[in-house]
Amino acid sequence: MNVLEYLKDHVLLMDGGMGTLLQAKGLQPGELPERWNLSHPDVIEDIHRAYYAAGSHVVSTNTFGANCLKFDDAELEQIISAGVQLAKNARDKEENGSPRFVALDMGPTGKMLKPFGDLGFEEAVSVFAKTVRLGVQAGVDLILIETMNDSLETKAAVLAARENSRLPVFVSNAYGADGKLMTGADPAAMAAMLEGLGADVLGCNCSLGPRQLRAVVEELLENASVPVMVQPNAGLPRVESGKTVFDVTMDEFAGEMAALVDKGVRVIGGCCGTTPAYIARVKDAVNGKKPVPVTDKNKTVVSSYSHAVEFGKAPVLIGERINPTGKKRFQQALREGDMAYILNEGVQQQEKGVHVLDVNVGLPDIDEKNMLKNAVQELQAVLDLPLQIDSADAGAMEAALRCYNGKAMINSVSGKEESMKAVFPLAKKYGGVVVALTLDENGIPATAEGRVRIAEKILKTAEEYGIEKKNIVFDTLAMTISADHAAGVATLRALKEIREKLGCHTSLGVSNVSFGLPCRDALNGVFFALALENGLSAAIMNPHSGEMMKTYHTYLALKGMDENCFGYIRVAESFGTVQTGAPAAKQEEATGSDLQRAVMKGMKDQAAAATRSLLEKTPGLEVVNHEIIPALDKVGQGFEEKKMFLPQLLMSAEAAKAAFEVIKESLDTEQTAEKGPVVLATVKGDIHDIGKNIVKLLLENYGYRVLDLGKDVLPEAILETVLKEKAPLVGLSALMTTTVPAMEETIRLLKEKAPFCKTLVGGAVLTQEYADKIGAHHYCKDAMEGVRYAESVL
Amino acid sequence: MSMVQVMDFAPPPVQEREIYRYAGCREADEGVRTLLQACLGEAGKVLQYRVCWAKVACHAEKGVCDFGVFSVASEALAKNLQDCREAVLFAATVGVGMDRLIARYQRLSPAKAVMLQAIGAERAESLCNAFCDWLQQQNQKLRPRFSPGYGDVPLSVQKDFFILLQCEKNLGLYLNESLLMSPSKSVTAFIGVEGE
Repeated sequence: MNVLEYLKDHVLLMDGGMGTLLQAKGLQPGELPERWNLSHPDVIEDIHRAYYAAGSHVVSTNTFGANCLKFDDAELEQIISAGVQLAKNARDKEENGSPRFVALDMGPTGKMLKPFGDLGFEEAVSVFAKTVRLGVQAGVDLILIETMNDSLETKAAVLAARENSRLPVFVSNAYGADGKLMTGADPAAMAAMLEGLGADVLGCNCSLGPRQLRAVVEELLENASVPVMVQPNAGLPRVESGKTVFDVTMDEFAGEMAALVDKGVRVIGGCCGTTPAYIARVKDAVNGKKPVPVTDKNKTVVSSYSHAVEFGKAPVLIGERINPTGKKRFQQALREGDMAYILNEGVQQQEKGVHVLDVNVGLPDIDEKNMLKNAVQELQAVLDLPLQIDSADAGAMEAALRCYNGKAMINSVSGKEESMKAVFPLAKKYGGVVVALTLDENGIPATAEGRVRIAEKILKTAEEYGIEKKNIVFDTLAMTISADHAAGVATLRALKEIREKLGCHTSLGVSNVSFGLPCRDALNGVFFALALENGLSAAIMNPHSGEMMKTYHTYLALKGMDENCFGYIRVAESFGTVQTGAPAAKQEEATGSDLQRAVMKGMKDQAAAATRSLLEKTPGLEVVNHEIIPALDKVGQGFEEKKMFLPQLLMSAEAAKAAFEVIKESLDTEQTAEKGPVVLATVKGDIHDIGKNIVKLLLENYGYRVLDLGKDVLPEAILETVLKEKAPLVGLSALMTTTVPAMEETIRLLKEKAPFCKTLVGGAVLTQEYADKIGAHHYCKDAMEGVRYAESVL
Repeated sequence: MSMVQVMDFAPPPVQEREIYRYAGCREADEGVRTLLQACLGEAGKVLQYRVCWAKVACHAEKGVCDFGVFSVASEALAKNLQDCREAVLFAATVGVGMDRLIARYQRLSPAKAVMLQAIGAERAESLCNAFCDWLQQQNQKLRPRFSPGYGDVPLSVQKDFFILLQCEKNLGLYLNESLLMSPSKSVTAFIGVEGE
């Protein structure tokens, strides 16, 4: 019998702690417990037998840390095959009147994933994959991924299990006292992601006792449509006369577990501090209990590394600004790989209150697959909003979905066979809520009925791929009323039908309705209100549009979704003054000295405003050369004389950058006479880039084109860029003594293959002597000196 | 045998002067003060103050410190721990949220990133101070804390700390290939406990 079949009608009993028992048997601190599969096989088998004897249906192998980062391949294979065999021996010897299964136990890799650690996502997948393959080969019945405290690493483990076996996958996370994983995910977010990835059972274990885990379990039960598992610790450890004891007694533990089963938990067991005796008590306590049926919670949910966003409650706002269509400045940023620009678009939309960010980086002449993956990784590292991945390229879509830290929105599928064939397998494998456009090979039906028919076809096909209705959100396609006066009505009627008759959630790119008409914001705002009233669940929109945000907040207040109107009151003040797409209100005429003061004082907004005003009468290059550069020079001089300090220098540089952005927008990109280029990189092995980023900012201020290769960059990659761009200057940064050799190697390579190129080095561990020793052309003690050197050689 | 304990602390008082020092700022004008306040506000939402620690036997003699679970060859540490029969080994972190915030502003505002780096460093040190204060309140007379990588204590001792304290599981704290810690605003150290 398959473990999932048994679980259908029973509460499944797992085993309890292993580590604490091994310590009692003499496992030394620092000794790897998995080695005991080889050195003390009898001890391990006895523990497994004791658990089966106590009534466990599932015993997990002693392979928690068995991965190729900790063991070499030969030993890993021995440890896993022996570990599985010991559990199987125990299973065969210990008849307990129930079906008995062996789980391959997999814990965390012990490394933190990039970007905050040094283990790459795909590396993590392949580490887990190796363990999974060995476990499958040795003949386990299921895979148990447990005690995971990082959502992204959990995803890597589940993908590895799914891609290398057909066995049931149980996934259990370690939540802290704050009810979250160490990296921030709450239970609802984990439930969304894990169900999307096809986990058969999900839950929590370790870190806390059963009572402290109760809130986490309740949140999991509320959100999960698959069985929930719980394996708590026997409370907290303390030392009593030289021995480690845990503060939850067997009876308390068993009582709490029985209560959790009453609430709906279907898979139970223990973790640190629990023993076969605990499990025997739990067995007695739940004996004869009727399992609570697992129900579909029917929630449409997306998630980020921290939280979930549910459709069907308050309207969901999806920010549309990360999209190059029709935006010259954005296109330029993409071509230059300027991630800061994209991040900034994301942060600004979050500040305006959107709940999800659409990410589209498609341009005909860029490698969309890499760009989309990078953009997703960069955004999810620093922003906690769920992402809507927006691409027509299935390869790019897959690359982004794969590394996404959560359950994404997928934008989009349509009723075209080809589209469904490309998108649905990805949605099935990686999870996600798919935006489905109600159009097909024959185009967009003019009528609501035609669009509903396509929606029905999409739902039917999705079902064939195993994708549930709750994971499809329909976009009934807003078309401009300037071309067809009935277009708005058709869209609204289709919305209502799909919401009410098909029971699906909906999304709209609202602003398309006003295309070609004047004062579009006015139309958009009212259309948004009408759509919400007709059942719209989400809008893809521009949060900088005052009318849209007004509609959103007034709608919440009027529909009773804003208690005491607090939300409305908080934003109402800004309603009178928000920009509505029209040019900014006329401000007082600024002078050059206003701009200089703003730059020197580090006031970004004032610097941008003064620049805008100056540009009305003065050419951009003149503003740069006569106002911005002199102001920067004064600040730089103050810094060199130690009258001003690093934060002030940077604030000025940022204000200058804000001014430059205004000037850039006013010029054609071709017109800007830029010097350089200067190639910057933090060398191989080094992950610190703050110093390098400061140098970049200042060089850009002084008009240099900077090609920033990022951190941990191979010497060959630096050389390649230098040769391709004929760059006359390279800046290298290293912060650790251990990476200075990589710097030396880079310099040697550049001198040999690109003798025209000068090298400039800096970083905390470098000194003039060091720089001379490794053959650098110049050493910079700070960023200003970097600028001075660039000025002297370029 | 040694047992590892995990503790959360309340936010220790902010030492602005220390933050300015870490930020390379000898004096702060109005703009810098405003910047600091904005950064403290953002950091406050993500900071956590968690320590895990274990008390181990200690025997320091002739440039070798033996802690039972492992030993360290270091003249400086042996001098620091001289005559101590016990030592507390601890790891403290203010969490990965700070790294996220710094990463965000490295791209968006280097001025904020520098300030947040400084805040993170100050918070981590203040957390260590809070932990030492707490230890002292337990009637322990303590020597000054001493971190791996300082003086002649090799950074590789970090590995022993991580094995003993299980920082990955207890703190969500990891050691990378270069023996640096993630989250980056974290500290490990030895503290000698003086006898009665």
